[in-house]
Amino acid sequence: MTVYLLLAVGLFALGLFALIAHPNLLRKVIALNVMGGAVFLMLAAIAAGDRQRSPDPVPHAMVLTGIVVAVSVTAFALALVRRLHAETGSACLPEADEQ
Amino acid sequence: MPEIGFDLLLASALLWIAWRALTSPDVFKAVVLFITFGLLMALAWVRLGAPDIALAEAAIGGGITGALLLDAAGQLATTDAAPPRGRTLLAATLALLVALLLGAAVLQIPDAPARLGPAVSAALPESGVTQPVTAVLLNFRGYDTWLELGVLLLAVLALLALRGTSHLQDVRPLTADPLLGGLASVLVPLMVLAGGYLLWLGTHAAGGAFQAGAMLAGAGVLLRLAGHRTVEQASSRLLQVAIVCGFAAFLLTALILLASGYALLEYPAGRARTLIVLIETAAAVSIGCTLATLVTGATPPGAGAR
Repeated sequence: MTVYLLLAVGLFALGLFALIAHPNLLRKVIALNVMGGAVFLMLAAIAAGDRQRSPDPVPHAMVLTGIVVAVSVTAFALALVRRLHAETGSACLPEADEQ
Repeated sequence: MPEIGFDLLLASALLWIAWRALTSPDVFKAVVLFITFGLLMALAWVRLGAPDIALAEAAIGGGITGALLLDAAGQLATTDAAPPRGRTLLAATLALLVALLLGAAVLQIPDAPARLGPAVSAALPESGVTQPVTAVLLNFRGYDTWLELGVLLLAVLALLALRGTSHLQDVRPLTADPLLGGLASVLVPLMVLAGGYLLWLGTHAAGGAFQAGAMLAGAGVLLRLAGHRTVEQASSRLLQVAIVCGFAAFLLTALILLASGYALLEYPAGRARTLIVLIETAAAVSIGCTLATLVTGATPPGAGAR
C-alpha cells in the first residue's frame, strides 16, 4: 500500500508541475486528469489497507463516481478551450505581460 | 516477495509515462502517452483489488478521455508555446514542496484506518445485490449516483450552450467510411451485447452501469466515426430522452417512494433488487448516450470540417 500512496503523491506533484508550467490549455487539461487519477489512486490505496482483508467498497464507489465526473469536467473544459480557440485563434491564455 | 517487485516496477512505469506525457514537446504524442497512462492505471487498480475501477478506468479514463483529447489535439495542434523560464522554476519548486509535505503526511496514515467495509458487509443481504460496490452505488449511496447523473446532464447542457445550438447531433457532414462501416456493422452489436452483459454482471460481480455505459458510448463513437447511416436516422428527440432517462429514473423512484411514505430513496424490503436493476439499466443507457454525445458533439459550428 505504501508504494501506491507514494506513487499517488508523485503523480499529483507531476501533474501540479505541468498544470502551472505549461501555458497551453490542452496540456493543462491533461495535467488535471493526471492529478485526478492520483487522488483516486490514493483513495483506493487507503481502501486496500494492509491487504489482509478485502478492500473497503465505499471508497471504490467514490472513485467510480469521481472518474465519471472527471470525464464530464474534461469534456466541458475542452469545449471551453475549443471556443476560446475559435474566438481568439490561440489555445493559450494571454500572459500577464502581454496585456 | 515477488509482488512488491511488480508494484515497484508498475509505480516507476507509471511515473515515467506520466512524466513523458506531461512534458512531451508534441501535443499529439502527449495525448497518446496519456492514453497509455490510463491503461497502466487500470493495472494499478487491479493490484489494489478494485476490478470495477479497472474496467471503468480503461473504458472511461483511457478510452473516452483519450478520444476527447485526440479530437481536441487535432484541432488545436498548431498553437503550442514554450513555458517562460521563471514559470518552470516556480512550478518545480511548488511541486517539490507539495510532494514532500504530502509524502510526509501520507506516511503517517495508520495501517488500519476507520473502515466502512464491515458495515457494508453486514447490510449487504438487505441491499438486493451481492456485489458490495454496486450495493453502495445504487442503494446505500444512491443519492450520490443520482447527483452524478445530474453532473453528466449539466456537461451536455454546457456543451450545447458553448456550441450555440440546441441540436444534439454533430453538425459536421458524415463521410461514410466503408472500412470502418464494415467493422462497425460487426463490432457494434457485439459491443451492445457486451454492455448488457456487464450491466447484468454488476449485481454479483465487478461490473455495473458505468462500465456498461462506457461500452455503449464506445459503440456510439464508432458509429459516428464510421459515418454509419443509423447516426442520421436516430431522431434528436430519442437522443434527448436517452440522455435524460438515468436522472429521470432516479427522480421518479424518489418521488414515488416519498409519496408512498418512505424516506428519500429508501427502497422497500424485497423490492430493492428490481428497483436497482431498473435504475441501473436506465443509468447505463443514459451514461452511454451522454458520453457518446460529449465525444462526438464537441465541435462548435464554423470551426470547419475535419
